[in-house]
Amino acid sequence: MRNFLSDKVTGIKPSGIRKFFDIVSEMKDAISLGVGEPDFDTPWFIRDEGIYSLEKGRTFYTSNSGLKDLRKEISNYIKRTQNIDYDPDNEIIVTVGGSEAIDIGLRAVINPHDEVIIPQPSYVSYEPCAILANAKPVIINLKAENEFRLTPEELLNAITDRTKVLILPFPNNPTGAIMEKEDLEKIAKIAVEKDLLVMSDEIYSALTYKGKHVSIASIEGMKERTILINGFSKAYAMTGWRLGYACGPKDIIKQMTKIHQFAIMCAPTTSQYAAVEALRKGDDAVEEMRKSYNQRRRFLMNSFKEMGIECFEPYGAFYVFPCIKEFNMTSEEFATKLLMEEKVAVVPGTAFGDCGEGYLRISYAYSIDNLKEAISRIDKFVKKLKS
Amino acid sequence: MRDELLSILEKNSRIDFKELAVMLGATEEQLLQEISRLEKENIICAYHTLINWEKTDIEKVSALIEVKVTPQRGQGFDHIAERIYNYPEVKSVYLISGGYDLLVTLEEKSLKEIAAFVSDKLSPLDSILSTATHFILKKYKDHGTIINKTGKDEREMFTP
Repeated sequence: MRNFLSDKVTGIKPSGIRKFFDIVSEMKDAISLGVGEPDFDTPWFIRDEGIYSLEKGRTFYTSNSGLKDLRKEISNYIKRTQNIDYDPDNEIIVTVGGSEAIDIGLRAVINPHDEVIIPQPSYVSYEPCAILANAKPVIINLKAENEFRLTPEELLNAITDRTKVLILPFPNNPTGAIMEKEDLEKIAKIAVEKDLLVMSDEIYSALTYKGKHVSIASIEGMKERTILINGFSKAYAMTGWRLGYACGPKDIIKQMTKIHQFAIMCAPTTSQYAAVEALRKGDDAVEEMRKSYNQRRRFLMNSFKEMGIECFEPYGAFYVFPCIKEFNMTSEEFATKLLMEEKVAVVPGTAFGDCGEGYLRISYAYSIDNLKEAISRIDKFVKKLKS
Repeated sequence: MRDELLSILEKNSRIDFKELAVMLGATEEQLLQEISRLEKENIICAYHTLINWEKTDIEKVSALIEVKVTPQRGQGFDHIAERIYNYPEVKSVYLISGGYDLLVTLEEKSLKEIAAFVSDKLSPLDSILSTATHFILKKYKDHGTIINKTGKDEREMFTP
């Protein structure tokens, strides 16, 4: 029999930590700080709206680019948070999570051999999506000394004649790093000079702890060269609803909609009705959750300080990214040993790029009691290592 | 800090203050000062424990009583409310808008005792016009807490 598999797909390396997660899921009474999704249930008024839409029999497809009401609310939301105007009719598409927007966004703009710059450590899907779109991924290794922000020098060094897209993943998973307005202005200047398209993944935009998030699309001259990606998973604790969106120049959104229409048809209808309500009435609920995350963030930062483990202060998302280089182990060795000996699961930094070596991603999307227990186990583990 | 502090304490007054200070980005001393101010200003009135009595052997019966009263000259409802809330078996007294005036919650050992309270103590009070007693059959949620909630983490593992 022939080999039926695609060379391109088989060539993509599988997630290196699959094995690690298999152990975690088998292990009883392990405490996990590994999950990258909110621990909160979706606020009830949002769930209620989803249920109501089902009761009313709204079980049909929506238009390909999403419910008109939802696109209008997304437009309002971005106007009130970022002061950017997006036309609901032509410049917004509702997708199956932010992840679909990344995929179709890249596929809509890439020609073979175009280069896509991906700063790492970052979310795992940028590189495979770029490869599947026939682009050449160019990795920038972000540095702890810069608080894992992207610097203009790093960007300039990565740009070639073939560079087309810069992926800008802030607030960042896994580091929790943010980019403030001044940082973005420098990047924007280069993007304009070098004629780059920016794919700004702002899925954690509602969860920042040092002033409000600023989108690069809000900087002069950037709206026409930015695909802004956001969604409902993190802000509204709606991961399972699979709903995100992209805003961008009309021409790009039109091509993205074409792929979306042939591959997906439309995002889930129930989720879309619920999301309209989330955007209309959800600001307070989001703020409550943000405060909770912030309390846990402070708790973890303080715990690592007391343990004497180096950790830069993250101002976004719900992760801390402590450095474990002093223990002379790889991230994976450390995480595996911690799991085996103290039954705490954290994610090795290398899951998010080679430059995550020497770091761990610790999620604080867990209750304070859970975090406390985990920290006391980590403390015990670290003391053993140091003695 | 005050708003955030109050909303945490309202849910969990037994939280460790050292930890709470860290969570709020304050020093322990600042936190303790703020809490003592809140107590002095009677913003924090008391620290209670929410108990699911159904799971104990202790018999408790609760009732909500709607009370219609004639307000008294110069004192409105305050005087009659005080006459009611001074009974220790009365758990709460609210002045209510709508079809009646006071909503009284009462906790006793038995139905009989509640009936006795209403007929012997409450109804004979001068300005009371009428009462309507509703027995509580089951508490689903009290003070913002779902009584029988299981807090199991059902999130599945996935590659991040």
